[in-house]
Amino acid sequence: MYVNYMKTIKERYLKLGYQPYRWFHAGEDPAPFTPLYKKIEECRLGLLSTSGAYSLGQSAYHYKDDSSLRSIEKNCSTEDIRFSHITENYLENPRKDPNCILPLGQLLRMEKEGKIGELADQVFSCMGGIYSQRKVLEDIAPNVYSRFLSQEVDVALLVPM
Amino acid sequence: MVARYLEERGIPTLCLGSAHDILLAGQAPRSVFLDYPLGHSCGKPFNEVNQYDVLTKALEIFEAADKPGHIEVLELDWGSEDWKIQASSTAASDTRQPRDTSPQFQYPEDRDAAIESGAVKA
Repeated sequence: MYVNYMKTIKERYLKLGYQPYRWFHAGEDPAPFTPLYKKIEECRLGLLSTSGAYSLGQSAYHYKDDSSLRSIEKNCSTEDIRFSHITENYLENPRKDPNCILPLGQLLRMEKEGKIGELADQVFSCMGGIYSQRKVLEDIAPNVYSRFLSQEVDVALLVPM
Repeated sequence: MVARYLEERGIPTLCLGSAHDILLAGQAPRSVFLDYPLGHSCGKPFNEVNQYDVLTKALEIFEAADKPGHIEVLELDWGSEDWKIQASSTAASDTRQPRDTSPQFQYPEDRDAAIESGAVKA
């Protein structure tokens, strides 16, 4: 059995008297699909994590619908990766080993071994606990898209948290 | 939402997540589900073999996926399932942090570093 997070968190919030968190529901809207025209080993791969990762020297996230984006150098030492996310309880292990949620080590190894063409020079993170879907659509999505465009990525890996 | 936005504009995407119901609701173009506790969608801490395995399998699925909205489940086990009891508990207290607009640094020294770089005003 998989954990039903939406039901669990909704019930928790209800007990606490909070407004329910509204997850995005695609409904009947079919998923768009862009086929891959290259093999993964020829692709430049972009990465977006919603774990609230930032690197030392950057600002952390705030917890009131922060829709800002951080650009982290792909060669950034894992010792300089930090996290701030509204549900900090999920960050215990990522704070010890960022590769749990921000797979820099794995992707750099795959780049070296030729399993992917390359990892784009910077990877991106935002703080995924946002109550405003409008902000996601009007701020985060276009911002991520224009960054990926300027990096000329072929494919994008998204790691939601 | 972001995956769909990118895909509509011509960038193929893959979502690698550990909340099956949220992936299902979001209907991303390509999804891979790993049944690990939240915060571990890319593998177990300090376990390079496992982390590399997760990413390798996910990218194989990226290349092979041809059913928009389909979620592929990785056949990897966390080990014990005890974590699911706590993750499914509705009795737990509020695990969110206060919602205001001040940056929530992991360590106090991070603020100093951010001030020094000019990312944050003193």
